[in-house]
Amino acid sequence: MITAVRKPFAEIAGMLAGREKVLLLGCGTCTTVCMAGGEKEVGILASTLRLASRKEGRTVRIDEATIERQCDREFYETVRGRVAEADVVLSMACGVGVQFCGEVFPDTVVFPALNTKFYGATVAQGVWAERCSGCGSCVIADFGGVCPVTRCSKSLLNGPCGGSQNGKCEVDPQSIDCGWQLIYDRMKTLGQLEKLEAVTPLKDWSTGRFGGPGKIVKEDALP
Amino acid sequence: MSMLTLENLKAGSRLEKVLARGEFALTAELGPPKSADASLIAAKAKILAGSIDAANITDNQTAIVRMSSIAAGLLAMQEGIEPIIQITCRDRNRIAIQSDVLGAYALGVRNILCLTGDHQKFGNHPTAKNVFDMDSVQLIGMLACMRDQKKFACGDEIRNSKKAPVVEPRILIGGAENPFGDPLEFRAIRVAKKVAAGVDFIQTQCIYDMERFEEFMRRVRDRGLHEKVKILAGVTPLKSVGMAKYMRDSVAGLSVPDSIIDRLEKAADKPAEGIRICIEQIQKLREIPGVAGVHIMAIEWEEKVPEIVRGAGLWPRPLVE
Repeated sequence: MITAVRKPFAEIAGMLAGREKVLLLGCGTCTTVCMAGGEKEVGILASTLRLASRKEGRTVRIDEATIERQCDREFYETVRGRVAEADVVLSMACGVGVQFCGEVFPDTVVFPALNTKFYGATVAQGVWAERCSGCGSCVIADFGGVCPVTRCSKSLLNGPCGGSQNGKCEVDPQSIDCGWQLIYDRMKTLGQLEKLEAVTPLKDWSTGRFGGPGKIVKEDALP
Repeated sequence: MSMLTLENLKAGSRLEKVLARGEFALTAELGPPKSADASLIAAKAKILAGSIDAANITDNQTAIVRMSSIAAGLLAMQEGIEPIIQITCRDRNRIAIQSDVLGAYALGVRNILCLTGDHQKFGNHPTAKNVFDMDSVQLIGMLACMRDQKKFACGDEIRNSKKAPVVEPRILIGGAENPFGDPLEFRAIRVAKKVAAGVDFIQTQCIYDMERFEEFMRRVRDRGLHEKVKILAGVTPLKSVGMAKYMRDSVAGLSVPDSIIDRLEKAADKPAEGIRICIEQIQKLREIPGVAGVHIMAIEWEEKVPEIVRGAGLWPRPLVE
């Protein structure tokens, strides 16, 4: 999923300064799962905003809604009227949802309530960790199912740098595992260590971010 | 990959000739200044001249902004030092690096050391974006391709136009290895990959844990790699007990045995003891089969390099044409 965390309250309050009718719009998919922008988090942020505005002696109308996905046009129909009534939509989706909301409602101001982080998995209750960088040409078959582009802090494709120590990455030994130790251990378990002796040539980065904004057109899915 | 020979020089640098003759090579480090002050390079170069075969000119080491390694290398050359230009993958992509290699060669540079590069988190611009378009193995391969196949990484010939002559950068290619990084089993594999990519010499991280280094060298010899690449063992003289403990506790992939810390603690003149320990280490390293030289990284202590070299019986340096 796409993971995100909520922005600091002061930053959100700053964005909303002078706004009187705010629609908090949650997303029922990724940001619900990572507990950053689902129905529950919409409720918590709405209450906090109401309290803060009351403290300042202002009357701000905070409306709340959560739709299934903010990255698909069809789910916006149910909130069209409430969006029209708002000064601003504070989206609690990832950066995709925030932008797409603005595309669906071009006359409406849409602000992000979250900082979008990465493509990750729920590795433990309340813990999410990055697993994919969306490079556009997956190489994990060669590396025991562990992505060197994402799991190594330097995206090294030919083995660990000198900063690998006791299975940890020197960039943050407390929280980052050395991606290459993970690759090495997995390949050893799979009996494929000799595969790691081959020199991996320069990677074609043009298939991902570095080729410009990506677009997929699936001919057989077109109307 | 063939070993260096005097009959068939790849770059013709002094370092290559010393290694090809089978002499025990000596390199040191010359860190460019954190300012535009050229006089600091001249001062360091004057100290090192005559005591070493070549000096590594570091490339924004520990991700702290310093004078460009190519510019500093040219200044060092003017003072009689043969530079080994360090290039890391952190700050430049394949376009910028190949361009710099052409420029460095045109200015007279003949040795380049290919490094991954320290992560920007450790430097003075931790909010910077990094590049890592390639890793050090791929960088070695790219330089070997430029020199031996006379082609850029994209496959284009290194010539200004179809009618212009091919003028490729003829560079002696170096790499680094940290025998103390994990996993230990992968360290010799990495040397093998660098050899396969076309590396000519390897300089190691500074060595204090001689046992682990010997274990590393056994693995290197088991693969016959010492016959394919010249390995220069790294040493760093310790100035104080504090420095020894810092190296042990705060530098990833370094272990400093208690016996060394004990010796420094008991010594009345700690810097002198640090130099003595360094000289003894060099003498031990010389005995290890497959070690072709030493690389002295006297961190902000360049003035001690001549003393270490003389103390280790490695002076005068061999004369080469």
